[in-house]
Amino acid sequence: MAKERSCCCSTETKTILACSGASNVGQITNEVAKELDEAGEANFFCLAGVGGHVSGMVASVKGADKVVVLDGCPVACAKKTMDAAGIAGYEYLVVTELGIEKKHDFNLAPADVEKTRTAVRAKLGLSVCCG
Amino acid sequence: MKKIQILGAGCPKCKKLAENAELAAKALGIEYELVKVTNIAEIMKFGVMMTPALAVDGVVKVAGKVPSVDEVKPFLS
Repeated sequence: MAKERSCCCSTETKTILACSGASNVGQITNEVAKELDEAGEANFFCLAGVGGHVSGMVASVKGADKVVVLDGCPVACAKKTMDAAGIAGYEYLVVTELGIEKKHDFNLAPADVEKTRTAVRAKLGLSVCCG
Repeated sequence: MKKIQILGAGCPKCKKLAENAELAAKALGIEYELVKVTNIAEIMKFGVMMTPALAVDGVVKVAGKVPSVDEVKPFLS
């Protein structure tokens, strides 16, 4: 079922993959990917499927017009997963590089989520036409 | 025999992909069986999030695009 797009007339396929790791920054990637999917601005895609070399998932990511990969920290699990699957040519963002400190808790500061969401939307090319 | 599966609800792009796959198979002179998978639940089992998609012997080779006849050939070789 087609999602209703909040804005932008592009039919470009935008896909987000998040590390969704076990820390505040990992969960921020998950939260932002989930929110953007729910807003109809991108498709949140299953990184585990890429890591598991599920052919349909790998092919779907390769077939997307734009792919943004999110890592919470410089360990870069998501990036390494993409590399292992032979997928290149994607936009990339690390949450800690936005100045957000990694903690081993799941208390997501709304301001940190907002900062990350803004950065991800820019990577998706949404900032110009979607405000 | 190669099992060529076209994953998609039956839109014009799905039909074009089926046509290209069949032309590629014939050009290569291989034995093949072409199956159109139109049931969404069945398509989802492949992990495909974008259609049309092409699977060969159960392995998805391309999704969300319609490869040309020449682009399909390597998938069948």
